Amino acid sequence: MGIRFILMVNKQGQTRLAQYYEWLTLEERRALEGEIVRKCLARNEQQCSFVEHRNYKIVYRRYASLFFLVGVDNDENELAILEFIHLLVETMDRHFGNVCELDIMFHLEKAHFMLEEMVMNGSIVETSKANILSPIQLMDKAS
Amino acid sequence: MKEYIIRLVYVEMLGHDASFGYIHAVKMIHDDSLLVKRTGYLAVTLFLNEDHDLIILIVNTIQKDLKSDNYLVVCAALNAVCKLINEETIPAVLPQIVELLAHPKEAVRKKAIMALHRFYQKSPSSVSHLVSNFRKRLCDNDPGVMGATLCPLFDLITNDVNSYKDLVISFVSILKQVAERRLPKAYDYHQMPAPFIQIKLLKILALLGSSDKQASENMYTVVGDIFRKCDSSSNIGNAVLYECICCVSSIYPNPKLLESAADAISRFLKSDSHNLKYMGIDALGRLIKISPEIAEQHQLAVIDCLEDPDDTLKRKTFELLYKMTKSTNVEVIVDRMIDYMNSINDNHYKTEIASRCVELAEQFAPSNQWFIQTMNKVFEHAGDLVNIKVAHNLMRLIAEGFGEDDDTADSQLRSSAVESYLHILGEPKLPSVFLQVICWVLGEYGTADGKYSASYITGKLCDVAEAYSNDETVKAYAVTALMKIYAFEIAAGRKVDMLPECHSLMEEFLASHSTDLQQRAYELQAVIGLDAHAVESILPSDASCEDIEVDKALSFLNDYIQEAIEKGAQPYIPESERTGMLNISNFRNQDHHEASSHGLRFEAYELPKQTVQARIPPASLASTELVPVPEPMYPRESYQTTTVPSVSSDAASTELKLRLDGVQKRWGRQTHFPSTSTSNSTSLKTVNGITQVDGSNTANSRTRETYDSRKQVEISPEKQKLAASLFGGPSKTEKKSATGHKSSKPSSHMVKSHAPKSSMEVASEKTSVQQPPDLLDFGEPTVKSTAPSLDPFKDLEGLLEPTTQVSSAVNHSSTAAVTKSPDIMGLYTETTAGAHHKDSDILSGLSNPPMTNMVGGTTTMQVAQSSKGPNLKDSLEKDALVRQMGVTPSSQNPNLFKDILG
Repeated sequence: MGIRFILMVNKQGQTRLAQYYEWLTLEERRALEGEIVRKCLARNEQQCSFVEHRNYKIVYRRYASLFFLVGVDNDENELAILEFIHLLVETMDRHFGNVCELDIMFHLEKAHFMLEEMVMNGSIVETSKANILSPIQLMDKAS
Repeated sequence: MKEYIIRLVYVEMLGHDASFGYIHAVKMIHDDSLLVKRTGYLAVTLFLNEDHDLIILIVNTIQKDLKSDNYLVVCAALNAVCKLINEETIPAVLPQIVELLAHPKEAVRKKAIMALHRFYQKSPSSVSHLVSNFRKRLCDNDPGVMGATLCPLFDLITNDVNSYKDLVISFVSILKQVAERRLPKAYDYHQMPAPFIQIKLLKILALLGSSDKQASENMYTVVGDIFRKCDSSSNIGNAVLYECICCVSSIYPNPKLLESAADAISRFLKSDSHNLKYMGIDALGRLIKISPEIAEQHQLAVIDCLEDPDDTLKRKTFELLYKMTKSTNVEVIVDRMIDYMNSINDNHYKTEIASRCVELAEQFAPSNQWFIQTMNKVFEHAGDLVNIKVAHNLMRLIAEGFGEDDDTADSQLRSSAVESYLHILGEPKLPSVFLQVICWVLGEYGTADGKYSASYITGKLCDVAEAYSNDETVKAYAVTALMKIYAFEIAAGRKVDMLPECHSLMEEFLASHSTDLQQRAYELQAVIGLDAHAVESILPSDASCEDIEVDKALSFLNDYIQEAIEKGAQPYIPESERTGMLNISNFRNQDHHEASSHGLRFEAYELPKQTVQARIPPASLASTELVPVPEPMYPRESYQTTTVPSVSSDAASTELKLRLDGVQKRWGRQTHFPSTSTSNSTSLKTVNGITQVDGSNTANSRTRETYDSRKQVEISPEKQKLAASLFGGPSKTEKKSATGHKSSKPSSHMVKSHAPKSSMEVASEKTSVQQPPDLLDFGEPTVKSTAPSLDPFKDLEGLLEPTTQVSSAVNHSSTAAVTKSPDIMGLYTETTAGAHHKDSDILSGLSNPPMTNMVGGTTTMQVAQSSKGPNLKDSLEKDALVRQMGVTPSSQNPNLFKDILG
């Protein structure tokens, strides 16, 4: 399965984007987000960007006020996921131009579309920024 | 509308129920506008799971959209397919998706592949006939489609490696092309060519090459290329490197690749970044299975990680330690684990680490005494999280002892167990499982050595039963233990006075709601009323391990059954045949048809009552006639004992719980102690001081680097000890020679002076003499840049020569060496100081990369050494003490080098 969920959470612990690749009920999601966000926000810069939580690992990366959290299976390459987060940010950067928390808040669907292009069934399927962004640009043009 | 739906997504995301709006999202996917449609699809994938009622409304739209001319519409629908189609609806869309595999647009092909992947995950059988499509798409001329195809192939290969061996060549050539930058620039990430595809391919190759020499040989070149090409200064480069290490450690080993992997690992571990250290530790854990010796080089780094405040890193390191546990370092590792276990409160991880402790303790325990103590600690701190089997194991161990015919040792073991338990009982709150063990042991052996009076033990047991009055199992164990103690007392012919609290306890239990407790209480009463002879045969002392023969066939009932059958009862139907019938009989009568339509036909069903009767007799009869225990005089009592399963000293209980055969075998290793240490241990103790001194000499002679002295103080003694105890003692050398080595281990010079002693020692000397060049080879390149290009090792050896000569005379008499040591030390420190004066700029402390890795085993010692400087003797003594207590006092250091050499 690889990636189980992708979360974007701001410094105050508010969820800004959540995408799950396995079904969890609303309650489970809320509990899970609460737990891991608390865990990750408590960590400092020097500590490593991986946290073990129950039977999976969380890879997180902070950009200004926004935390990107990716929950992965135990045999996933954590560094690669860390870089995948960066790739995601670079891609959003290219689309929004200097992306910030507000861009994601107000264009939630775009952020989701990008994720949909990049990750399917919990696996990374597309890493070329051009390929990721072209459908979104086409849609923008069409409407 | 679109905005509203997005708000709705927000509402759900923040944890509120938005189910009232789901239907609007479903409506939105019918919209003509592409953007609105896709947003609608997005919303339904976020809102609904595949079993939601509204899915049925969506399937039709999906079908329609899959046929659309606009490829973006098709893509949107395929995204939804990946999330929303469940097993039952797969056939509805499958044909269309197969068609889409040949779609001219690569984005569609890619998503179609992923949809099939999803179907495979959901129900492998539904797409089993389409597997060839994945192979075909691997050759797609769009790299994106090819990359996506790797995902399903990875899953397929994970499940069945052998059918895909033929693809090894293809994967290797793809990987080669990727590494040679044949893919479009768009896939590059931070100057790495398509790293994510590389990683996926390496993962697949690791699977395919695992224990397959032929397949692995095809991969060596390309993996080696990637090792060389990877840029280790970027994260992504390291990610690929890490994947290469994983691959190398999984495929058939190749020395050259292993070497590159070891290099990469040491770079990871030396890095300042915690992320890389984490990866390094993980990679080390993987590689260690193949080449255990590489751990030696990194002991300091590993210990740093172990003591790092970062919890993640710590856990990873514990995982590594778990993998490298041997009988020589098990004590240190398990102690560490238990300490750590106490410090955390995450139950999930606590359980895991507790079970690991237990596993290691069972596998490698150096002595039973230690095992019991360790188990006590584990139980005390994580008792409720430990599997009950572990408790039974422990009881069995105490009951059976070493498995040797050494009764005194056994009884010593038991009385020490009893003592420790009595002590532990003082603690306020103990886990139930642990209490059960305690009660059992106290009951069985509490009075065995005569140290404690029966009334003392029974008083304790009553306390337990009262203190944990809401735990039935503990109470049951306590009552049974009481019964045993009284029985032993009676059997020994002593008069039994029941304590008043015991009386009141019994009264309470006789009226207990739990039949089990009641039963036990009655048994206790009955036992007390009997005479000594009878009691002894019911509850013989220390017989918990005797086998009890149980006539499973209950042949003594045959007559009765015969009689019953003659009277018209149905013959007994074995349980296996009966289960189906029982299921049915749960239904009402009218469900008959249903049952038969499911294909369950049992003709016997017309006579349910009689069947039941026929089944019952064996059980209901038992109370009157069942006498499996050879004690005809007291049929009632003996029957009772058989029915109490937890009294493991009796009857059927052996059957029920002590099914631990084979445990003994795991224990086989434990026993070098009695044989060797009796002869040597005394001398060992006196020698200990020297051992120490010798050790320091080695360190001296090996020293060629200097650390920033302040930093050194921080690392040293503790870590050195830890390192020595963790990495020091591989079990290769025979333990019997261990004590001999002890004095000889230190430096090669030392050994020389001792050489004539025994050939064993000479052997060990050889290994250690050979060692230095090895270490140096490894270290050389790094040294050059910093230190003047002398071969520091040899230099020092030379420097030290005189010292050793001076002391060699002394060495023969062990005590003298102790006094000598400070001098040697003094000499040494001078030399180092002189030689490495100029190095001060590399001395950035313990993280200083060049030294940590190249000195390997020796560094630790040396580091500790040089830092100890002023109060050397003190720290040496401390060190000695620790070794005495914490580590198997034999063989850490002599074997250090042996291990490296393999």
